[in-house]
Amino acid sequence: MTAATATLAAPARRSGVVAGLRHTATLAWRSLVQIKHNPMELLDLSIQPVMFVLLFTYVFGTAIAGSSGDYLRFMLPGIMVQNALFATMTTGFGLNQDLTKGVFDRLRALPIARWAPLAGRILADTVKQAWSIALLLVVGMILGFRVGNGLLGVLAAFVLLLAFTLAAAWISVLVGVLVNEPEKVQIFGFMVIFPLTFTSNIFVPTDRMPGWLQHWVEINPVTVVADALRGLLVAGPVAGPVAQTLLWAVGLAAVFAPLAVRALRRRV
Amino acid sequence: MTYAIRAEGLVRRFGDTTALAGVDLAVPTGTVFGLLGPNGAGKTTTVRVLATLLTADEGHATVGGYDVRRDAHRVRQVIGLTGQYASVDEALTGTENLLLIGRLLGLTRAQARARAAELLADFQLSDAAGRAAKTYSGGMRRRLDLAASLVGRPQVLFLDEPTTGLDPRSRNELWDIVRTLVADGVTVLLTTQYLEEADQLAREIAVVDHGRVIAQGTPEELKAKTGGQVLTVRPVDPADLPTVLAVAGEVARSTPEIAQTTVTVPVNDPDVLPTVVRRLDAAGVRVAELALRGASLDEVFLSLTGHRTEEDADTDAMEESLA
Repeated sequence: MTAATATLAAPARRSGVVAGLRHTATLAWRSLVQIKHNPMELLDLSIQPVMFVLLFTYVFGTAIAGSSGDYLRFMLPGIMVQNALFATMTTGFGLNQDLTKGVFDRLRALPIARWAPLAGRILADTVKQAWSIALLLVVGMILGFRVGNGLLGVLAAFVLLLAFTLAAAWISVLVGVLVNEPEKVQIFGFMVIFPLTFTSNIFVPTDRMPGWLQHWVEINPVTVVADALRGLLVAGPVAGPVAQTLLWAVGLAAVFAPLAVRALRRRV
Repeated sequence: MTYAIRAEGLVRRFGDTTALAGVDLAVPTGTVFGLLGPNGAGKTTTVRVLATLLTADEGHATVGGYDVRRDAHRVRQVIGLTGQYASVDEALTGTENLLLIGRLLGLTRAQARARAAELLADFQLSDAAGRAAKTYSGGMRRRLDLAASLVGRPQVLFLDEPTTGLDPRSRNELWDIVRTLVADGVTVLLTTQYLEEADQLAREIAVVDHGRVIAQGTPEELKAKTGGQVLTVRPVDPADLPTVLAVAGEVARSTPEIAQTTVTVPVNDPDVLPTVVRRLDAAGVRVAELALRGASLDEVFLSLTGHRTEEDADTDAMEESLA
């Protein structure tokens, strides 16, 4: 209490960067500690990807690639991308919940860094992303997936995918700010991410698709990211797809971050 | 006298709608000030401007001596805000909600824990401290929300419709808390649609309608300002209601209200009573009830604005968003 009174006695004009980072960490804790009370959220993060891996490996594996082992090598990096894109929706969902329920107002009326509420949420969601990527990799390895480029390749794949999701999360933030209820963020997610990820080469090699679709599949960013992860985790070209992935990330962030921040300023 | 809150000529537009059309306020330090008005009158917008959540298009305001626009960060260090809807994180426990605020305000882990435990005890939430806030009743949630706005021991507290949707018992508990806070020197700006609430708590009331303060003063001053008398007539035979309405309106020179079979009309001159009796007698109306009494704030509001404070549709919307 004495500390609280001391802070109030000498009010600062604004929060410094160090204080802002501390606020961000506290707000990230707030998002993560929710999992303790709502274990369903962890199941959401875990069960769906694991189920997808199992189903695709054993149901489609033989039909598409000849054997489930070969298919797993092809498909696991791609399913990581799909899962990561779905997971970005939690950012917009949570933000929308805060906005509609008034939690965001409460945070904005506190003497904390202006950017901390959003940064805290994104930090927490990045931790969740890392959890599901690791889980997918472990499940894959139990089923027989073997990494081709050692620990370094795995780490690079992690960093690259997290960088891409950080950029893609701005789309989710924008949607979260624009819609009037959290469920609509999920609906948006399904409507966009499902077709987007299935019309890439993550489940089916491009040359097995109809010709007109192949053109789209080749320029689809999901294909690009999946190729980069395959290169890093299994084998194949690395430099090209990684560079393209980073370009996409920069492009998405450059377009959607300003739009999202502007929409947020307007809404509150 | 020092003022914890001063506002001059606050104007705020949302597109074509003018939410605030020039609001002036002066709230003496250590008092409860009531902002009274119907939904859409501009109460919440006023609070949002004063709590630095929204910037005014015109005018300026200070809270705790700091300018809300230029010194927003400092204002945030001296205020507490309890929004119209309970704005705690429902997924967190009571303790975690208060810990979150304490840590954000710069308390150490131990200090934040101690402050959380203290507030939970003060607000009779200790037993529910470890439960997620979504399991709380409406009254408990509102108490937790208020506790969250008190973690930093604010000098100025904004309570935006703190008792909307609460049962009478929870409402009385909340009123008691507000009285205790003011006794400790906190300045409270309270918005409400309930005239009784403003009457009970506030030393001064500003009546807001269409983004403007249309009257201001102590509850007694407001009641006196509008004549302060109400004529009530209930005929024995409901078929006489049109006659009663006509007579009451004509004698009082004001538009009477009708509720079930009772007609009420504000009057300024107590001498109208004999006139009404004569006129009703001449018209052959038998009267079950005829009275002249002091106006309630409700009627004050009606005579100031020309419309009632509570509208059913609004109340429904409120309950829906609380559910």
